[in-house]
Amino acid sequence: MMPSENTGLFATLAIPEVGHFALILSLSFAFVLASVPLYGVRQNHQPFMQIAKTAAIGQFGFMGLAFACLIYSFLMDDFSVSYVAANSNTELPIIYKISATWGAHEGSLLLWGWVLAGWTLAAAFLSKPLPENLRATMLSVLGMVAIGFTLFLLITSNPFERMSEIPEQGRSLNPLLQDIGLAIHPPMLYLGYVGMAVSFAFAVAVLLHGEFKMAWAHWAKQFTLVAWAFLTLGIALGSWWAYYELGWGGWWFWDPVENASLLPWIIATALIHSLGVTAKRGIFQSWTILLAILAFGLSLLGAFLVRSGVLTSVHAFASDPSRGVFILIFLVVAVGLSLWLYSIKAAEVHQRKRFVMVSKESLLLLNNVVLVAMMATVLLGTIYPLILDALGIAKLSVGAPYFNTVIVPLTIPLALAMGLGFAANWIEDQPQSLLQRLWLPLVISALIALLIPLLLLPSVEGWAIIGLFMAAWIASTALMWLIRARPQSLPNSMQTFGASLAHIGFAVTITGITMTSIYSIEKDIRMEIGESYSVDDYRFEFLGVKQQEVANYLTSKGEVKVYENGQLINTLYPEKRLYLSQTMPMTEAGIDAGLSRDLFVALGEQLTDTAWSMRVQYKPFIRWIWLGAILMALGAFLAIWQSRMRTSNTSPQSTKRKESLPAGKKLTETA
Amino acid sequence: MKKQLIPLGIFAILIAFLGIGLTLNPKDVPSPLIGKQAPTLELQQLKFNKSFNTHDLLGEPWVLNIWASWCTSCRQEHKLFNQLAKQYSVTLVGLNFKDQEDYAKQWLKELGNPYKLVLHDPEGKSGIDWGVYGVPETFVIDHLGVIRHKFTGPVTKELIETTLVPLLEQIKQEQNL
Amino acid sequence: MHATIKHFFVITYLLASFFLTLSHASIETYQFDNPQQEADYKELIFELRCLVCQNQNLADSNAGLAKDLREQVHKLLVEDKASKQDVIDYMVARYGEFVLYKPPVESHTLLLWAGPLLFLVIGLIALLRFINAQKNAPDEPLDPNLKN
Repeated sequence: MMPSENTGLFATLAIPEVGHFALILSLSFAFVLASVPLYGVRQNHQPFMQIAKTAAIGQFGFMGLAFACLIYSFLMDDFSVSYVAANSNTELPIIYKISATWGAHEGSLLLWGWVLAGWTLAAAFLSKPLPENLRATMLSVLGMVAIGFTLFLLITSNPFERMSEIPEQGRSLNPLLQDIGLAIHPPMLYLGYVGMAVSFAFAVAVLLHGEFKMAWAHWAKQFTLVAWAFLTLGIALGSWWAYYELGWGGWWFWDPVENASLLPWIIATALIHSLGVTAKRGIFQSWTILLAILAFGLSLLGAFLVRSGVLTSVHAFASDPSRGVFILIFLVVAVGLSLWLYSIKAAEVHQRKRFVMVSKESLLLLNNVVLVAMMATVLLGTIYPLILDALGIAKLSVGAPYFNTVIVPLTIPLALAMGLGFAANWIEDQPQSLLQRLWLPLVISALIALLIPLLLLPSVEGWAIIGLFMAAWIASTALMWLIRARPQSLPNSMQTFGASLAHIGFAVTITGITMTSIYSIEKDIRMEIGESYSVDDYRFEFLGVKQQEVANYLTSKGEVKVYENGQLINTLYPEKRLYLSQTMPMTEAGIDAGLSRDLFVALGEQLTDTAWSMRVQYKPFIRWIWLGAILMALGAFLAIWQSRMRTSNTSPQSTKRKESLPAGKKLTETA
Repeated sequence: MKKQLIPLGIFAILIAFLGIGLTLNPKDVPSPLIGKQAPTLELQQLKFNKSFNTHDLLGEPWVLNIWASWCTSCRQEHKLFNQLAKQYSVTLVGLNFKDQEDYAKQWLKELGNPYKLVLHDPEGKSGIDWGVYGVPETFVIDHLGVIRHKFTGPVTKELIETTLVPLLEQIKQEQNL
Repeated sequence: MHATIKHFFVITYLLASFFLTLSHASIETYQFDNPQQEADYKELIFELRCLVCQNQNLADSNAGLAKDLREQVHKLLVEDKASKQDVIDYMVARYGEFVLYKPPVESHTLLLWAGPLLFLVIGLIALLRFINAQKNAPDEPLDPNLKN
């Protein structure tokens, strides 16, 4: 391109280079972050330790600048940048030009890098409970992780690479990706995945320092809760998007990339509980550290699976073995070194305090055991084909039928442990009194599990009873725990309320999954114009299909009137769209959404002049799956709110708090 | 100390598998038909209005190449088959799969016809019995009617040299025994 | 770099077209002789893999092969009166075990099927041993200042 006076042209000339340079600067700040504070810890030199904060700011700023430059290139339709040309188009609406930034490998990696810098910044400035040297070490570890990612970007995945021949128009973005839900899904996920890096770095720092104080566990728990909440939302968004966009009511497919997001989520859940025990009782330090390393390790493994091409997946980015090698090396260094450090130093930070078989401690540990077993199960199923192939034994597929069969039974001990854990006392409890405390939730759950299928549902199914029992059990024990806690003040109650809400959210999700898996009805039918089809209390009347021409697609728009018990409740417009840029048509389902059920109509093929094939679905309580996830995330956010207020009022030692309470008032022991 | 090395040990095993995985192709699916009798093919021939049955070719090894005019990678491999037919004496049978007769004939006219005969399967019904899931695919069948090898995807010069020709030689040897 | 760009476009196009096969509901209005057949059909197309797709079962895919195979499954069930296992055997004979999303229980899949229970049992044993070891640990009461 020839330079000219045109500033716009100059901008497109320079901006990608500015972005590239900003990346390099960000890398240099990462190098500083990774080395100087550590040196400061060694020499006990405070100013060097403090440099971590400055380096974190620098890293965040320049990575952000790089990201901004990429977005700018997208907005300016700068097709000289090959990444822009491959993922954007002048006709793309602005909001989707922005989201296209993270729509493929390089850009999404840049987003990873910036989110990592953001979390590092948060860890630098929101870590008052931590001693200076621990913070410095932790931030240095985060810096090392950042070096890995930034090098990955610069060496194998530069988003700012230019093309020698500049196309007039970019590759059109897949219409499937032009969707708000799908646009927010990756940032949410990354906020979650990358957030695990903080507890990872914290764990490594603790190992290096040889000490793990309870108050620090409390701090780490806050950060992990926020990351966990975002990960929960990210996963739920993906599921919800697949449901309404892909055309036939599926919401989870056990695809390797989906599993890759579930693995860190399961371990992060275990980690939060383990951190809770370490914060409260000062035990399980070694286990907590291991979980923290594992959580981030699984995030990295997820990145590997998505980008290396090792597993076949509908979600995988363009696979490139060289990228796979890089991530693998990164995994080996980050996780391998940490696990080796763990093997040497874990014993040093570990403390033992007495507790018996029937106690909150053991039940929380039981919860952890089941969660880890679930994670191992999903991991095994996901990489089993790879294992057999590597050993030259066979070429296998492991898919949804397998996972559904093995995971569902594991949720039963998990649910049981949750309920028992809520009710149990710390240190020592009696089985008899524990069961006595639980008789009410037991009765309520049994009643709900038996009566609802009997009275309200079309049939009584074994798994429906089990699922409803589990959900009711979790919800009722969580409520009981909340009530028994009798929090003294608003901040206290926010934390308890948040934790309780999160568990109730889980119960809501289980209800949704149970109901929709067992009682969904799906029919593929042939409908003549004017014909009706009935499912349950609903009647679907097919009124015909109109051909329309809209902006960048042609559509066959069907009209289906929906009646409930004879009353017209909605008119659905399922469509088959042929986007001008694509060769294959896309289905837009017509959905009548409701809290207790979704009605789902998808248009098939035109069979004759007056008849079309159609898919009609009745999906009970499917929205509960994602509503539950929202409650889980909300609960997690509420649970940290109180703590932030608390840490700002008190010193890390928390002895001063005793004095701030009115005299004579005893702190009740919360269960 | 020993107990705490377990996570590292498990991790090392995992990494080993992932590393090996990078060298593998997850989409490379072996055919279960290798070593088994070739399923019968009863199809019309493209050029002549004659039928064909796999029995017709018992007694000599032959290569079945499944192609279509709408398949772009078939073009690349077709050149190699042209060469193979010239340089090596082997019975090449083409199977025009899910294609229109006119397009197929045009294609052969344009790119040459190395096949001894060309079968026509416009519906692709023969595909399922042979485990065909893409185009092109190439089978090597020996003189006893047993499938000896399946190439999924276009054959390359390398594959012809390293696998196809040596296999045909081996079958020749077995025939002479 | 030219090759990389071409590579890029090819992959993106492939990915885009696979994404699109995801969203196209392939709806066939098959008739069945009885509900059992229909149930078998639905289970089979859920458990059988579409070999040309990027990890989809026959039910979700709009690829030509998937359509053909669904038709074949229907034919086997209704015309040939095959059982669900018959259809599975039929498909495996032609496409190999790879076509099954639910791996058969055989010697090389024992670890896969036993794994989940094994993990749980190993975990429980480790847990019990650990808890027993805590009996001798020092006593320390709860810190009343700490919230749960």
